[in-house]
This record gives sequence, structure tokens and C-alpha cells, in this order.
Amino acid sequence: MRVLRMFVLAAAAAAVPAAVADSDRGPDVSPVTNTLYRQECASCHMAYPPGLLPARSWEKLMASLADHFGDNAELAPEDRKAITVFLTGHAADRAREKRARKIVASLRPGDIPLRISETRYIASKHRELPARLVAGNPEVRSLAQCNACHTRAERGSYSESEIDIPGYGRWED
Amino acid sequence: MRRTAMLVLTGLVLTSSAYAATLDERLADYRRQGATNFSAQAGEALWNKEFTDARSGEKRSCATCHHANLAEPGKHAETGKLIKPMKPAANPERLTDARKIEKWFLRNCKWTYGRECTAQEKGDFLTFINR
Repeated sequence: MRVLRMFVLAAAAAAVPAAVADSDRGPDVSPVTNTLYRQECASCHMAYPPGLLPARSWEKLMASLADHFGDNAELAPEDRKAITVFLTGHAADRAREKRARKIVASLRPGDIPLRISETRYIASKHRELPARLVAGNPEVRSLAQCNACHTRAERGSYSESEIDIPGYGRWED
Repeated sequence: MRRTAMLVLTGLVLTSSAYAATLDERLADYRRQGATNFSAQAGEALWNKEFTDARSGEKRSCATCHHANLAEPGKHAETGKLIKPMKPAANPERLTDARKIEKWFLRNCKWTYGRECTAQEKGDFLTFINR
């Protein structure tokens, strides 16, 4: 399958000089580089790349950390400010990466999604997934665990060839 | 060889004293707030005691995420992310950073008990963790 795919890609690349293979392109959203963000937020969950939500979502999220999806994630005021600056500065609506732009384009003007999985682009990308692979899969549990299946999630890369669903393997659309 | 041994020893002494100093400083602070006679037993009892969350009806204790055995790694209740062991012997980073200790007390006491922990409870916890 992979060989065939590589062949198809190679053929496409040969035919259209501008086409690039998955491994050669830049990230879909910019990777996480901020140490404070990693230290404070990634102790409980993966460090979600800020390019997956618009700035208004990050602002709302960072203003309500005492009830963070049912958990208490309060921060010292100076840390909260610094992390908010990082998140909003690299947010989807301020980013140039391909998928960040698609996420923004999928939002309605008044939408302030707090979950990445609620943005219309990301939701539509996961619509075909059977529940047994996500909610019913003890090693995944929910779409919030991007890195359970997207092996390079924290590096901002979400291409189909990098998907490895625990107990299932590769996913082909 | 000898130099390496000396360096290793110096390193050990430095880390153990850094963490002992942090612990002593925290306990002194709790005493200033009126706490006294810290007890590992009281800390352990509270660590494993289950409380029912008013909003969700879930039962919660420290051990929910951290494991009853402090030398074992825990697991975040919601995300499943691994939490390194609490025991300094199993995880030398523990009890070395006062700011971090207070941050997690604030967050986790509020989540588990719906309120902040008292100075007495915090001192008992740290004494238990360090036992």
C-alpha cells in the first residue's frame, strides 16, 4: 500500500513539479517552542500547537483556568499573561500554515470554540472515524488526545501518513 | 576515577540538600501559619481518603491520579497522561521547587476537595511524601 502510494506521489511529483511529498513539506501548524507553555500546560495533556485555535479561543480559555474542562488549571498571574501572549501570538488567525488557515476559514464569525475538536474543519476531518477507534479505544479515549494517533502532533504535523491508531494502525481516507 | 566519584558525591549532596532545604522552608512557613506536629500518618490517611465532587458526583482522592504507592507513577484521571512518581527517592525532581509545590497544592486541593488545603494538611502531605 505504502509502496503504491509512494509511487503515485512520485509520479504526481514528476508530472507536477510544484507537488511535494508529505515528508518534504513544512508543518501544518507551527510546532510548540515555548518552554513555559510546555512546562505549565503539558504536564496534564499534550502541548497543543497554538495554530489549532484562533486567538479569541485562547483568550477565553486562559481567562477561565479555574474550571478548565472540569479540572483546576490555575496559574500564577504572570505565567498566565506570558502564556496567553505566546498562544495568541501564534494562533490560527495569525499563522500562515496551511491547516491553521483552513481552521480559521471553517469558523463562523461569532464562533469561539474552546475545543480544537469543535472547530468545523477538525470536526469534519474526524467525522468518518468509528467510535470504537476513539471513545471506545482505551488508548485514545477522545479526540482531545491528538498524539494518541498523530505521531508528530506536537511538532505541528498531521498528515495522513503519520497516523497510527493504537490497536488499529494506519488510516486511509 | 576518583574525581568522578567526588563529582558524583558532590552532586548527590547538592541535590539532597537542595530538596531538604525546600522541604524545611515549606514546613517552617506552615508552622508560621499555625500548623504543628506534622505527621506522615495523617498525610497518608488524607491522601487515600475519598471525597465526592459536588458537581459531577465523582469520587476523588489524591490516589485517583497519583497512585496510593508514591514510588509508582500515576495517571491523569481525564487525559491518561503519565504523572511521574511523587516519592523523591523514585523521582529526584520532587519537593525541590517551592513555587511548584504551592501551585499543585492550590490546583489539586481545589479539584479534589473543592477548597484550598490548610497549612496543617500541606505539612502532613509533604511529610508523608518524604517518608
